[in-house]
Amino acid sequence: MSQSTLAIRRISAHAGAAPGENVERDELVCKLIDTTTCIGCKACEVACLEWNGYTFTETVFDNSYQTMPETTWNYWNLIKFNEHEREDGSITLLMRKDQCMHCADPGCLAACPADGAIVQYTNGIVDFQQQNCIGCGYCVSGCPFDIPKFNPTTKKMFKCTLCVDRVSEGLEPACIKSCPTGCLHFGTKDDMKDLAETRAKQLRENYGIEKAGVYDPAGVNGTGVIYVLHDITNPEAYGGLPKNPHVPWVVRIWKGPAKWIGNLAMLGGLLGVTLHYLRYGPKEIDAEKHEGEKP
Amino acid sequence: MSTTHVISSRRPVGESGGRIVRYTLSERVHHWLGALFYIYCLITGLAFWSPYMYWLAAIVGGGPTARFWHPWFGLAFTVSMVWMYKMWDRDMRITEPDRRWSKAMEYYVKNEDEKLPPVGRFNYGQKLFFWLMLYGVILLVISGLGLWFVESIPWSLRWLRYIAVTVHVIAALATIGGFIIHVYMSTAMVRGGFAAMVRGEVSAIWAKTHHRLWYEQVTKDTRDSAQGR
Ligand code: HEM
Ligand code: SF4
Repeated sequence: MSQSTLAIRRISAHAGAAPGENVERDELVCKLIDTTTCIGCKACEVACLEWNGYTFTETVFDNSYQTMPETTWNYWNLIKFNEHEREDGSITLLMRKDQCMHCADPGCLAACPADGAIVQYTNGIVDFQQQNCIGCGYCVSGCPFDIPKFNPTTKKMFKCTLCVDRVSEGLEPACIKSCPTGCLHFGTKDDMKDLAETRAKQLRENYGIEKAGVYDPAGVNGTGVIYVLHDITNPEAYGGLPKNPHVPWVVRIWKGPAKWIGNLAMLGGLLGVTLHYLRYGPKEIDAEKHEGEKP
Repeated sequence: MSTTHVISSRRPVGESGGRIVRYTLSERVHHWLGALFYIYCLITGLAFWSPYMYWLAAIVGGGPTARFWHPWFGLAFTVSMVWMYKMWDRDMRITEPDRRWSKAMEYYVKNEDEKLPPVGRFNYGQKLFFWLMLYGVILLVISGLGLWFVESIPWSLRWLRYIAVTVHVIAALATIGGFIIHVYMSTAMVRGGFAAMVRGEVSAIWAKTHHRLWYEQVTKDTRDSAQGR
């Protein structure tokens, strides 16, 4: 969105360095979501729509409180409602605000073939630049959280921007602003990590929620959105939050060694036929052997 | 389709400088349509393959345009391959003379053609290229559809997305290898080959040198028909 105000650390499919590659910022931004105090009011869903200028569209009723089955290209923020049976047999409703996780090691950006269609700012926000997007859908395969969504009309990909336009003006994201229980926090990664750990400790020690913990998955080098979960051992129960997300290894190989092997093979082929020509030359029909016959 | 290989009426065969029809108009049109579709897929595909080749997208109208048309040209190429299959299937089957020729292929590479056993309308290498492209396009179209409609593959079956990418890339690279050799041989290496696909004709001596069994077949066919047999 606002490329002009933020330095860029990584650029998708960019043949060369990113201008902010060597920038070491002290602070990464981070959103903390405390699932233990979320009441599922969906104020954040509405705030997200409002701020980003989308209107509410038709939705699918799934026999649950959930607004729709999954996020869509114009609905970036979705509370996932999951009925969960506790060990003692009682039922609880797990509610998790689902959106882009802003991975430190973003799989979408690794997979993207279009120069500058996905960037990562030095503050950690991963942002799609729709004017450069070609709509190929590679980011869909690269994402470990199933987040990028395709707009079939414009043929561009969309997802949560972490309100980079607000953040770059010193405001907090729209969802944070709207949360009535204060289960959403925004600040630096270090501060949010501290706050989350303190809260998890409090849950473990004062509330007897022994498995409470912080979700900041190491497989993607940590995320710009972190959760406090009642049960850190079972993130899947929160509407399919992966236990150990990482960029798919196929994407890693495809965008790494396969590129070089393929390029070398193609170059080798061109070189091979050139050398063959220099060594053996063309197959010309020997006119002398066929005297009188015109080739 | 050997019945189509009539001798050009311009000059009688057997005499010096006789011309033989090697490719009918229909064969040439299908060949060049296939080439056009393939080359479009190649240029746009390579643009997405590597950031260092993304500029290739510019020559076909930019990234989004290239992305829009690549799968459609891929489908067109698939249709054109099916057409070529119907046209050339019988000519492209590997035969006993091909097997003998393939054992002596080394001489072909070294341009020592006089040491090669005779072959029919197409040699072993040409046939291999044909089958490579045919099986290649089958893999490309199936995996290509997976890439095209990636969001229709449900999250729980996402391994299919990864397989689609892998298969598409491997099949594309395999056909590119064949394509490099094909273009090299038919333009630079085997003189007269390119003209044959443009004008449709080869000289009798060209046919005799490169495809003797085919030459013998078509000259016999024409003599027979000239004598009303
Ligand atoms: C047969 C039907 C085909 C279909 C439906 C198809 C579809 C696709 C799709 C959807 C993509 C993703 C990006 C894009 O759309 O541009 C793609 C990528 C690609 N295609 Fe195709 N394609 C086909 C044939 C071909 C052919 C004949 C080639 C010949 C070389 C080819 C080479 C490539 C390459 C190199 C890529 C990029 C792979 C990468 O990003 O690493 N495709 N194809
Ligand atoms: S669809 Fe995704 S991967 Fe493809 S160009 Fe757009 S942002 Fe990049």
